[in-house]
Amino acid sequence: MSDTPRRAVTLRHRFSSTSPIVIAFIALVLGLVLGALIIIFTTPVVLNAWRDIFHSWGSPWHAVKVTADNVGAAYRAMFTGSIIDPPGLWHSITTGKGWDATMTPLSETLTYATPLIIASMGVGIAFQTGIFNIGANGQAVLGGIAGAAVGSMLHMPTIIHIPLTLLAGLAGGVIAGAIPGLLKAYTGAHEVIVTIMLNYVVYAFLLFVVLSTPLQQPGQQNDISRMMDPSSQLAPIFGVASGLRVSYGIFVAAAVVVFAWWFLDRSSLGFDFRVTGANPTAARASGINSRAIMVLVFLISGGLAGLAGIVQAASTTHFIDGGFLIGNAGIGFTAITVALLGRNRPMGIVWASLLFAALGVGGRSMQASTGIPLDLATIIQSAVVLFVATPVLVKEIFRLRTSPTATVQLATKGWNS
Amino acid sequence: MRLELRGITKRFGSFTANDQISITVEPGQIHCLLGENGAGKSTLMNVLFGLLHPDEGEILIDGDPVKFENSGEAVRRGIGMVHQHFMLVPVFTVTENVVLGFEPTKSINRVDYKKATDDIKRVSKEFNLDVDPDAIVENLPVGLQQRVEILKSLSHDAELLILDEPTAVLTPQEIDALMDIMRSLAAAGKSILFITHKLKEVKAVADVITIIRQGRVVGTAQPTDTEGELASLMVGRDVNLTVEKSAFTPGDQVFEIRDLVVRDDRGLIAVNGVSLDVRAGEILALAGVQGNGQTELVEAIAGMRHVESGTITLNGRDITNKSPRQVLDAGLGHIPEDRHRDGLVLSMSVADNLVLNTPRRAPFARHGSRNLTAVRQNAEQLVKEFDIRTTSIFEEASSLSGGNQQKVIVARELSRPLAFLMASQPTRGLDVGSIEYVHKQIVDNRNKGNAALIVSSELDEVLALGDRVAVMYAGKISGIVDPSTSREAIGLLMTGTTSEGAHV
Repeated sequence: MSDTPRRAVTLRHRFSSTSPIVIAFIALVLGLVLGALIIIFTTPVVLNAWRDIFHSWGSPWHAVKVTADNVGAAYRAMFTGSIIDPPGLWHSITTGKGWDATMTPLSETLTYATPLIIASMGVGIAFQTGIFNIGANGQAVLGGIAGAAVGSMLHMPTIIHIPLTLLAGLAGGVIAGAIPGLLKAYTGAHEVIVTIMLNYVVYAFLLFVVLSTPLQQPGQQNDISRMMDPSSQLAPIFGVASGLRVSYGIFVAAAVVVFAWWFLDRSSLGFDFRVTGANPTAARASGINSRAIMVLVFLISGGLAGLAGIVQAASTTHFIDGGFLIGNAGIGFTAITVALLGRNRPMGIVWASLLFAALGVGGRSMQASTGIPLDLATIIQSAVVLFVATPVLVKEIFRLRTSPTATVQLATKGWNS
Repeated sequence: MRLELRGITKRFGSFTANDQISITVEPGQIHCLLGENGAGKSTLMNVLFGLLHPDEGEILIDGDPVKFENSGEAVRRGIGMVHQHFMLVPVFTVTENVVLGFEPTKSINRVDYKKATDDIKRVSKEFNLDVDPDAIVENLPVGLQQRVEILKSLSHDAELLILDEPTAVLTPQEIDALMDIMRSLAAAGKSILFITHKLKEVKAVADVITIIRQGRVVGTAQPTDTEGELASLMVGRDVNLTVEKSAFTPGDQVFEIRDLVVRDDRGLIAVNGVSLDVRAGEILALAGVQGNGQTELVEAIAGMRHVESGTITLNGRDITNKSPRQVLDAGLGHIPEDRHRDGLVLSMSVADNLVLNTPRRAPFARHGSRNLTAVRQNAEQLVKEFDIRTTSIFEEASSLSGGNQQKVIVARELSRPLAFLMASQPTRGLDVGSIEYVHKQIVDNRNKGNAALIVSSELDEVLALGDRVAVMYAGKISGIVDPSTSREAIGLLMTGTTSEGAHV
């Protein structure tokens, strides 16, 4: 009844000039610029050089050079530590030697990205269904516990042991996910509250199992589990001798990506999920059983998080301890930002995971070689997400013709279910 | 007050909502602004009321150019607006609502209610508004709430009143009363800008008619012009206002409700013992002012609201308290009241929306995997068959106009095998062309021998479509009559007065 002009059409056309990939790239550049500013303001050498331009012995050129040197060194370390060191690559190509060392940074990034991709895919599927799964970390921890138990306490040939271990991880996540799913579907309990609280329950359970159950490493007083059997571990693809940690877990991640793509784009159930996420009342009117969807989405999302947990344990540490995935580094929490950055789309999540992994791995290398703390990498990660989440800000900075639809597409409905 | 709009242009991006619109309203005149939804009427009023700023053109009041930065300035210059959706605080009294924001004070900020109440009584009496200043707003019927809105404007010394689609929520009797009030306001020298797309009302009350189409003034008309002439000016082509129907040949009973009781969201009884039946080849039209339980009744039938007691039978199957899925599978086609909330997923493609409630049915899916080729072919065929105007079947549903969005729903529901069509407010917010089209589809479906229940608060629609007309008031059926019954008699039923004069 109101004469609202059809703005959606015109705005969409305007927005097409700024694709999400462009936005993400700009956000990354802005994140790096912000990181550079922080380096400048926190590095005494650089600050002194700038202060000295007021004295006879200093010069602006010198200050610029010192700045470029320091920022450049930091970012160079970040790049060579997470992707590739060009001189090393050249050396390997010309001599045919040292490939293992050359590929180590890339291998580390992939190792870090593998569980992240799996967990983020679970969070992304939940987001697309309008569900905010903040409990991915707890689900990953429970998956890790279940998988580590099967991996360390059962003994069988590799060909059965690995699938069974992964399945146990999946099941652990499914169980942790079923609780908030059922509570939401049958009592209306808000999933955000329930999953946050369940995280703590799972953390406490983790301490219990590694301290007071047979899963604790025999002869140990510390909070550490038994080692997983080699037959249950996800071995390094290029062999232990290569030193490259990238494991067969990467194929698990690839399978999850293919599954997520098929599920969201091609399956009927995935269609129901997306309809429910985009418009719950229309979903109901169309005969979709929202209660069943609510439970199922948590089973799938939790299952993937659990799988991420056991992939992490089975490919890197081969045991779990009281600090497993707990704290800021918990992949279940990073997965939330990664899913948002990847716009909850399978390939978007892959790229976002690789970016986050590269920043994390590169940050460590930067800390080692320049002394700039790892936290700078975290700041850059956060800034990238912030800029992606606020296209209006990016628009103002770059005078781009973007539109509010970008915000709408990125935002999820998880909070106000 | 003499109001003049000169060459008002308002653009939203590349879309021009108002294009060089010029209108003059003389003191004591009822000036009608007639146009379809999306013609730019509300945009123009928002410009006039200071809610939007024009890109070009100027507003003159009694010959002086004015510029409103916000609605407060417009109010101070004597412009009052009665919105489509009332801006009242339901739990406040009439007096409190009227003084809100402009409270007359005695000393140290004490509100002078005595003075306010006296003012309201005086104004109410002057214009026959008949409003009790001490009544709580939420207890008043909609028609009186609207008068409170008018009273509010008058008490702020409005000389020009803008009425934006004021009759949408009123019964025929309330509409007549509103027309009387408008006439007495005009007689007292107030200017009135009356925005509507309903031809009957325009003819009844207007002194001058300006017709707007696609953001431009396309002409003026006289109240003596026929409805057909007004409609073709408004739409830009000849319009057939009557619906062609074949002879009424009812078949077997398809749908039956017995003694249905349903509660609303607040837990109050909204449907109170309703019994209805619909036969094959029949359209039963359910009339009634909105909010008398129709929404709850429709939701209960669709399986979206719990039934307290009573039964619903479709094709011999008991569908009482069955899930929406089971009800759809039993053969219900449902065109919901709120298409954005229940009918469409706006962020999904037209093609996906066309299979929204059949995603698992062959050929659209097999073994849990969707057959996107079948989905695409289905969409291409329906877009052609139902004349859905979209640039692509992969376009988001949100990019379609309201009429085309409704066509998507109609196409989806009518292309499924169904025994019973239930349409709730099927043409709300649609342009005349789309209304014509949707009506034709509903009647064609009935001519094929299907049963249909059409719920509408538009009396014209009810009378045009229905083979029988049931009227709902306060959760009950106040009467079932033939569509040839006079509008007045049906209007009385809509207020709960039965033909014998007894109150239900």
